[in-house]
Amino acid sequence: MTDDAVAGTRAAGVSARSEAIYQELILDHYRSPRNRSVLNDADVTITHRNPLCGDELIVYLAMDGTTVREARFTGQGCAISQAAASMLTGALRGGSVDDARVILASYSSMMHGDPASRDDPTLGELRALAGVARLPARVKCALLPADAFSRALDQFEERARS
Amino acid sequence: MHRSDFPLLAASPGLHYLDSAATTQKPAVVLDAMREFYETSNANPHRGAYELSGRATDRYQAARERVARFFGLGDPDCLIFTRGTTEALNLVAQAWGRRELEPRDEVVITAMDHHANFVPWQQIAIATGARLRICELTPDGRLDMDHMRELIGPRTRVVAFPHVSNALGTVNPVADIVALARDAGALTVCDGAQAAPHMPVHFDTLGVDLYAFSGHKICGPMGIGGLLGRRTVLESLPPWQHGGDMIQVVQDEFSSWNVLPHKFEAGTPNVADAVGLAAAVEYVDGIGLDTILAHERHLLALATDRLAAMDGLTIYGPPAAERSGVLSFTMADVHPHDLATILDADGVCIRAGHHCAQPLMRRLHVPATARASFYLYNDESDVDALMRGLQRAAALFAVAGSASD
Repeated sequence: MTDDAVAGTRAAGVSARSEAIYQELILDHYRSPRNRSVLNDADVTITHRNPLCGDELIVYLAMDGTTVREARFTGQGCAISQAAASMLTGALRGGSVDDARVILASYSSMMHGDPASRDDPTLGELRALAGVARLPARVKCALLPADAFSRALDQFEERARS
Repeated sequence: MHRSDFPLLAASPGLHYLDSAATTQKPAVVLDAMREFYETSNANPHRGAYELSGRATDRYQAARERVARFFGLGDPDCLIFTRGTTEALNLVAQAWGRRELEPRDEVVITAMDHHANFVPWQQIAIATGARLRICELTPDGRLDMDHMRELIGPRTRVVAFPHVSNALGTVNPVADIVALARDAGALTVCDGAQAAPHMPVHFDTLGVDLYAFSGHKICGPMGIGGLLGRRTVLESLPPWQHGGDMIQVVQDEFSSWNVLPHKFEAGTPNVADAVGLAAAVEYVDGIGLDTILAHERHLLALATDRLAAMDGLTIYGPPAAERSGVLSFTMADVHPHDLATILDADGVCIRAGHHCAQPLMRRLHVPATARASFYLYNDESDVDALMRGLQRAAALFAVAGSASD
């Protein structure tokens, strides 16, 4: 095998690996994010920063009783954090606070490599992000919006109690 | 060139390491020197009245002399070993700033400073009530020297600036800044972390009062670097850490301080890393900093030309011929972290993020950039690999004008 051929083979294998992360679904959410706008009547607004990369995400929840009526986000970030935020807004909308907690917990398990979560139907499109678990440096990107929504739920519940 | 001198690179033929501005790989001679020290000379220096301790002391002193020679420092006692640039700059900000700065005094830093220079001065200014002044940049990423001239005046007490920008590779006009500061009677502190590995630095003719560097960016081990200073300046500074070795007499009520360099080296010194650093500068001198600089400039010019020809690519900083081996860029709307992940799959290691320079990123109006940096062991195949990876990223993200195959 020539050097070029070796390099070619390697590059091809590598492409397959990268595309496992940067799938069309993820890139579509990155290019055309869902629910990416300010929510003026939000009950909870959380600004969450990733100090390592400087990316900033703002998440908004509007509640109807204990139902998530509306979930949105703004801010900037990489394809992984933006796609995760976009998909999470869709997954959380219309469900209860408890439903949201279950989804966020399962999503977090998936990012920490739990194989059972990869088959969890409640995660829906979020399962497309399962491959990120194999990239330790990027897990924090995928978890950034999940952490932000968890904090938003915490704040909502704290307020409801007081 | 010289790739085979580096065990990690020799063992990883597919690896394209383009993050030497963060830390360099280590040649075998450095690893061997550290092991040899522990195997033949390990004891606590300065303390034991036995031959082995004396040998450790001699090795530490020899390392100091060798590193001082690398920096053109005639008086080796004016080299203080620290953990690195960050500790050296904190030493100055704390030891000098806490005693000298008062409200109405002014501290001049720059918008291209690494957080290691920016934050220590920002914090000491807050603590003392001094005013922090920040020299802005020209659109092409140089220090705005007109602004520097405006900022430096009778109230300026210290001017602290990078010799070379870690995020842009800009090489700053040290002599011009020193002249302005000296006219104002201000102390000059230079962050040399990104200069020392890439160009000859001759402290005694550079003109600055204090100069900080990191060993791990010059092929040395992590955990050692230093502060070079004029004797009169170093002698006038109070110590900033207290403990063993740095004292002369300890009474119940007061203590007095040891001579240079010990006054600033409290506790057991990092002898093995100092020995490793001495081996590193010996290795770098053996190749020659002029040769290294020319090699990096060649790769930088090649990479800059090829990247500039790509659609959607923005390169930051002055022209390649005026930079040290750093290439900072963004690609259309592809986030630098995504670029780094895609390149990593090809074995290409680049940096993505704010490069510990958030004030600079704000001024560039980007949250982050991708940064490729070159060193003596890189060659044109690394540039080829970088290009292949970027073309693949462009295709994946469908950056306008890129091939879709």
